[in-house]
Amino acid sequence: MSVPRSRSPLRAGWAWQLLTLPMLLFILIPLTALFTRAAPREIIATLNQTQVRQAVGLSLVTSLISAAVTLALGTPLAYFLSRPGRRLYRLVDTIVDLPTVLPPSVAGVALLLAFGRQGLIGRFLGVQIPFTTLAVIIAQTFVAAPLYIKAAAVGFSAIDPELQQAAALDGASPWQVFRHISAPLAWMGLVSGLVMTWARALGEFGATILFAGNFPGRTQTMPLAIYIGFEVDLNEAVTLSLILVVFSFIVLILLKSFLQRGIQVPERKISTPSDLR
Amino acid sequence: MKKFVLLFLLGIMAAAACGPLPTLTGAPVTLVPRVTPTQSPAPSNNLTVLAASSLTESFTALGRAFEAAHPGVTVDLSFGGSQTLLTQLLNFAPADIFASADTRTMQALIDAGHTSSGKLTIFARNQLALVVPAANPAGIASLQDLANPGVKLVIAGSSVPVGNYTLKLLDNINNDASFSSDTVKKIVQNVVSYEDNVKAVLAKVLLGEADAGIVYATDITPETRDSLKVITIPAGLNVTADYPIAVIARSPNQDLAKSFVDFVLSADGQAILAGYGFLPPE
Repeated sequence: MSVPRSRSPLRAGWAWQLLTLPMLLFILIPLTALFTRAAPREIIATLNQTQVRQAVGLSLVTSLISAAVTLALGTPLAYFLSRPGRRLYRLVDTIVDLPTVLPPSVAGVALLLAFGRQGLIGRFLGVQIPFTTLAVIIAQTFVAAPLYIKAAAVGFSAIDPELQQAAALDGASPWQVFRHISAPLAWMGLVSGLVMTWARALGEFGATILFAGNFPGRTQTMPLAIYIGFEVDLNEAVTLSLILVVFSFIVLILLKSFLQRGIQVPERKISTPSDLR
Repeated sequence: MKKFVLLFLLGIMAAAACGPLPTLTGAPVTLVPRVTPTQSPAPSNNLTVLAASSLTESFTALGRAFEAAHPGVTVDLSFGGSQTLLTQLLNFAPADIFASADTRTMQALIDAGHTSSGKLTIFARNQLALVVPAANPAGIASLQDLANPGVKLVIAGSSVPVGNYTLKLLDNINNDASFSSDTVKKIVQNVVSYEDNVKAVLAKVLLGEADAGIVYATDITPETRDSLKVITIPAGLNVTADYPIAVIARSPNQDLAKSFVDFVLSADGQAILAGYGFLPPE
């Protein structure tokens, strides 16, 4: 600490990089182990099983719907949470945090007690939600929506309020301010938050199996099929795990390069204003 | 100081690179039974018992009674799905005794050479029970009613013993002349969820989400009895589950483990099991 900063910056950097390895290997080794277990031929054979394809299809459809529902219903809440000065801010902020910190099994029990046939709200609905695909979407949205709401709130809060005030002074309605000022400026937060919500919905297990049950083609998403498959058909569990790992990797890395470009473009514009030819 | 840190890091690196890597990547989740001669650890006064989930209450009581009869001995119990416990045992989980909810699981352990006696010893039997919520929203009075349109039936999946017994029950209905030929087809169409353990089936019925569920007779306990209505399954159709028990071959406490098994089979042990609704072995 007392060493002058200029003396050995390189060596310090080298040691620092070495320190990253144990954790990196810790994450990487189990994921690599998945690949050593499955032979390509077995993977293809497993992929052709109806139950596996149903699980993949159901997972994609439900997680995308959950992300869309989150976008529609979560954005107003994120907008509210972007201004810490507002009344009840801390309370609302904490409520939104809860699904993220609680175990998903708590979410599953809570959803059953709320939307179950004898639940707080479910008893007035006339239709039964548990054991349906709708229950899967509800469970995913409940658990995953906070990730988008928090990220979008951070995105909105980074906007200079004067821009919004100026637009309002010029006669823009609150919707026009949101549509033409806030949303375009906060889009990076919205997109990255939405992808995190989608990825979390894709991996949702605990709340789904408790609230929606396990029925192939209707409520058995990939994580449920992996869990059940672990006891019956290990190949199925490993294949589905591999799909999730590869898929998540591709989506996350595409998102990161996409966001990287999003950051670089305005910077270039600002740094070289005379570049306009 | 810096040199020390570097050496330390290199040590970690070496350990990470040479130690766990080959074993972890080379031998992923092993489900294939391999029996290798291992040196037995010293015997102790601790018995580790792995038992099926449906034995949770009864084996807890058996363990306490055994401890009371053998001062200084402690019985550690671990409960789980029979299939999960089998996987653990085949991967050399430390244990002295295994009690499973079906003979198929135990036979797999015997065939892999992991038991001391190599024989199937049945210590108790269980039966299936058809349960509905106390309010009985679907008005179910018999097995036949499970085929009524719109009934929401929850059963266990075939990954666990109780799910296999349920399939056997459906098979028995199918072979029974007093039911119409499409009864089982209609019942299966009414299944809304294949739960991964029997307690999850029971919970869905207790919560009123399922109109009916098929569980073990022993799941109807004093705690759940008031919230449930039990529909009788005719004796000729009901499926009997045999519960086997075995001493693990690599256990260092062969004598003590053997005396626990003897206790379970004794009149005192059988009385405890009967108190939890189990039937004696044939």
